[in-house]
This record gives sequence, structure tokens and C-alpha cells, in this order.
Amino acid sequence: MLADIANLFHGFAVVLQPSNILLMVIGILLGVIVGVLPGLGGANGIAILLPLTFSMSPTGAIIMLSCIYWGALFGGAITSVLFNIPGEPWSVATTFDGYPMAQQGRAGEALTAAFTSSFVGALFAVIVITLVAPLVADFALEFGPAEKFSVYFLAFCSFIGMGKEPPFKTIASMMIGFALAAVGLDSVTGQLRLTFGFTELLNGFDFLIAVIGLFGIGEILLTMEEGLAFKGKAAGINPKVVLQTWLELPRYWMVSLRSCIIGCWMGISPAGATPASFMSYGIAQRISKRGHNFGNGEIEGVVAPETAAHAAGTSALLPMLALGVPGSPTAAVLLGGLLIWGLQPGPLLFVEQPDFVWGLIASMYLGNLVGLILVLTCVPLFAAILRIPFSIIAPVILVICAIGAYTVHNSSFDVILMMVFGIVGYAMKKTGYPLAPMVLAIVLGDKAEEAFRQSLLSSGGNLGVFFSNGLVSTIMVLGLVALFWGVISDLWAKVRGQAKAAA
Amino acid sequence: MSEASQDQSGGPAHRTVEMGVAVACIVFGLITILGSMQVGIGWDASGPQSGFFPFYLGVIIVLSSLMNLNNARAIDGEREFATWYQLRQVLAVIIPTTVYVFVLPYTGIYIASMVLIGGFMMWLGKYPLYKAVLYGVGVPVAIYFMFEKWFLVPLPKGPIEYWLGL
Repeated sequence: MLADIANLFHGFAVVLQPSNILLMVIGILLGVIVGVLPGLGGANGIAILLPLTFSMSPTGAIIMLSCIYWGALFGGAITSVLFNIPGEPWSVATTFDGYPMAQQGRAGEALTAAFTSSFVGALFAVIVITLVAPLVADFALEFGPAEKFSVYFLAFCSFIGMGKEPPFKTIASMMIGFALAAVGLDSVTGQLRLTFGFTELLNGFDFLIAVIGLFGIGEILLTMEEGLAFKGKAAGINPKVVLQTWLELPRYWMVSLRSCIIGCWMGISPAGATPASFMSYGIAQRISKRGHNFGNGEIEGVVAPETAAHAAGTSALLPMLALGVPGSPTAAVLLGGLLIWGLQPGPLLFVEQPDFVWGLIASMYLGNLVGLILVLTCVPLFAAILRIPFSIIAPVILVICAIGAYTVHNSSFDVILMMVFGIVGYAMKKTGYPLAPMVLAIVLGDKAEEAFRQSLLSSGGNLGVFFSNGLVSTIMVLGLVALFWGVISDLWAKVRGQAKAAA
Repeated sequence: MSEASQDQSGGPAHRTVEMGVAVACIVFGLITILGSMQVGIGWDASGPQSGFFPFYLGVIIVLSSLMNLNNARAIDGEREFATWYQLRQVLAVIIPTTVYVFVLPYTGIYIASMVLIGGFMMWLGKYPLYKAVLYGVGVPVAIYFMFEKWFLVPLPKGPIEYWLGL
């Protein structure tokens, strides 16, 4: 514990180097822009900018990329409040009360509340990461292949059972992701598979291309269909409003704390920021005394979803760092970055690369603080970006996506693949197939398969290996509970309903 | 839909599209199964063969897509996927961008991007030529300096860039 704190301070020393502070500011600014623009979000924004970091030191690179992520989380709130357009799916719930507040001329108040709550949520999650991640990593050092597979199993089952989408669509999307990951060289036997003679497929599908296509191009197509015309409210934010709002916010400490806990829980189990923000909003509405007024511009209705979304978005990095299992598509892209820089995410990272890990954790503290200051001071600037007409922004984003896809492997074929993923992404979004499980499956497919095959190898093909000791059985059972969560909660509701009817 | 007065109403049924997606997934699953069988789905001396894991993925894809297909049949046939007008807007992005990604290797990224950005602005945004040229040239030039000069990441170039000696 004490050693961890010493490490953390060492991390602060690393992050406070001027060059790293500069990267942090650049990262936040790029992140907010990415978060504000339609078609660019945390996941594909980082995927596109990842190639720029190939020549940097891993610590500098992760500071910049994680700051893009914080920036994107902040940026989503700006569009929700001022334009009633959620820049990111997790800020949908913020529009419910944020936009009415802007309509009433309280945009500054809503934005201050949103940014501050984001900061509080993230800070809470970072503290959780600081305290819990080393313990989890320590614990996970003992994991064999069966335990590793059970963790993947739990992660993917939570998607199926806890997600909002129909479970069979989630399964289909996830399994297609796994199948795409399997294409190319089989890492265990060294054999080629599923390439059907196409040499372009030798190296399989890179998830960065998938992320840029599915989220970037797909989103542009959706925006084009909806024919969005941005009509925004003016962003009047000044120090007086900020101070007034800050004085008012401590009153909602209970909402904040609850949202922090919901957010961390949903972020660590890979349900993600979007359901966390909705759940937090829903619960706040039910519990609050002013709940009936939610939707008409209640400040609590901004605090709850923003805190939870940011807490979830941040805590999604915990399983990524400690177990090598990302909790969100963005965390998956960051994990891909670690692999490219030659770092192996997972428990060993804490032992082998303490400088890197603690530098990252320290940059989470500072990055969010810098982010808060930057967004509070630069809101009008960012709002102006949204006023650029879509017919200019759209082709520019398309070009940037193409550059991002090309630079991953310097391959023109990847750019064509990106376009295919884009059209697929549009069709999937429109028909209610979730994209996140597919992306995570493409990222983790090889590792999950390897763990699965190694476990079976050691047991001679007996599936009982996944229930061979207390630890692995517990994780597997948790996974099964998560998998059938929808069915279980339905049954529970029925039983309770009958009990009520009988009483 | 308020603007339904023009030729903007009507469109493919959501049900048809949803069933189409499910069928596409089934085809994908079958291809996965086929490919797995080519490399062997059983066990050999070194343990599970390469096709072992993907084979079962393919099976699950087919089974879950059959469920999705079945669920899709219950969707109200009146519900529209999108209006034809909206789909035309989407195609107005897909077609030029598809052309763009295919000509990229031959023209280089800069020339293709100039045409894409400029063309988009004039065609969909109805901007005057001078504005389209301004942005169309300005953005790729900015990209050139950011990527090639600042971050030292080479981007695809075509004959004109080589002629200019960039």
C-alpha cells in the first residue's frame, strides 16, 4: 500500500514534466473536439490518432491518448446541453435536463454542473483504481489459463445479460467479432485459417480499422440520414455563474455519491458508461424530492448522469490495466495501443512497468483537473466548432477516418475495409445490434481463444476444467448469472408480482 | 414526418431490412463453419485444431441469427426502416466515399481528399466554387503539415505529389 503511494507520487513527477503537460493539454483539446464532432468519439478518435503516437515514448503516448478520452467525455456534455444533440451515447441522459436548462437561459449553470460532476465522477473512479487495481493485479498474477478464460467469459456474459439490446443480437454481434478475430494466422498452431486464399487477410482484421469504420463512418451515415441541422443555444458561461453553481452543487452530494458508485460498478463490469448514465438518471428521478420536475431543467438531472458516465468511463480502465480485459470500446483501443507499444496489459504490467502504470494513473488525476479548467474556459470555442455546417465537417471527418485507417499498417486495403465496416456499422446500428461487444471480441478474440484452448489442453478436452477449483467456478457462476440476468430478473419480478397479488 | 409532402415518404420496411441482416449473419456463420472445416475442427496430437474454436463460433452465429430472424418476422410490417429520401442522403455519402477509398492508392490521399471535400461542399452544401476550393485545398494542406512534417507519418502519394517533389 505504502509502496503504491510512493509509486503514485513518482508517477506525478513523471506526468509533471513540461513535455507531458503539453501532451496532456493537446490531448484534452483534441478530445473535446472529437467529443463535440458527430462521427468522432472517444473510441474512434483515439484509434485514428493512435498512429501518431507510434514514435513517442509509451508514457507520453498513453498520457495523450487517455487525455483524448477525458476530453471526449467532457465534450459530450457540451453538445447535449447547448444543442440537444448527444455527441456521445453516454450523454443522451444529460440532454433530458441539460437542454431545458439551456432553453431557460441557464446554459452556463448546466454546463458548470455537468463539467464539475464529470470531474467528481472521474476523481472517484481514479481513487477506486488507485486503491483497487494493484490488489486485483496482485490477485490475478496467480491466474492460470482457465481463470483467464473465466474472466473473459464473465466480461462477455455481462454484455449479453446486462445490455439493453436483445440478447440474441448481442450474441450474434459478439460471435461475429470473435470469428473476425480468428481470421488469419492461428497463434497456437501457426496455421492459416478462414482466409479463403486472400493474401490481404493473412494478418486478420485489425480492430482499429473496425473501430474507425463502425463508429466513425457508421456515425456519419446515421447523421446524414437524420439530416441534422445544428441549432444551438448561446454558451454564456462566466466566473460568477461557475462560482454560484459550485456553491449550489454540494447540496447534491448524495446524488453524486450514488452516481459515482453506480458508474464505477457499471464501468468495471463491462456494461459501460451509457447504461450507467441512464440508470443513474432513473434512480435519481425516483428518489429525488423534485423527481416529478425532472426533464424540465433540474440541475440534479444533469449531475446524476454526468457523474455516472464519467465514473464509468474512467473505471472501465481498471479491468483493462489489472486484468487485460477492457471495460469499454475506448478502453479496448487503449489496450490495443499498449500492445503496439510492446506492453502486455494485465497483472504483470504492475510489476514490470510500474513507471508506465503509475504515470497513467497520475495522469488520470491531473488530466481530469486540466480538462475541467480547459472546458470551463473554452466552451464558446468548442460550441463554435459545432456551428460549422455538416456539409463541410462530414467530408473532413471522412478524410480523417481514411487517414487513420491507412496509417495503422500503411495499407490501402485497410481503407477499403474501413468503408465496409462503416456500412456494416450503419446497418447494425439501425437494426439494433450493439457494436461494443463486436469490437471487444475482435480485440480479445485471440487471447480468449488461447486461454480456452490451453485450459482444454491441460484437461484433455474436459470442460470440467472451468469448474475445477473454487476461484474459477465462482467466476464462471458469476458469468452464468450475468448471462441469464434478463431471465432471472424477469422471473423475480413475476414471483414478486404474484406475491403482491396474493397479499 | 412533416416534410412527407414531397417525394420523401415511403421506404423499405424495417422488417425486411432486419430479416436481411439476420440472413447476412447466417451466411457469415456458414462461411465461418466452412472455413473452419477446411483447417480441421477436431483434435490431433497437439490438441484442438485451428478450426476447433471458430467452428463453434460459426454454429452459435447461425443459431442466434435464426432466433433473430424469427424475432424479426414479428416486427410490424408498416414500420419504415428509413424513407427513400433519407436513404438517398446516405447513399450520397457512401458512393463518393467508396470511389474515394478505391482511387486513393492511385491518386494519393491529397488530390482525392481535395476532390472529396470540395465536391461534397458544392454538391450537398451548395457552396460557391471559391469556398469549396478554399476548404478543399486548405484541409489537405493542413493535414500534410500535421502528419508528414510534424508527426513524420507518411501518407499515400500519387503522381502529382511526386512531380511536385513532396
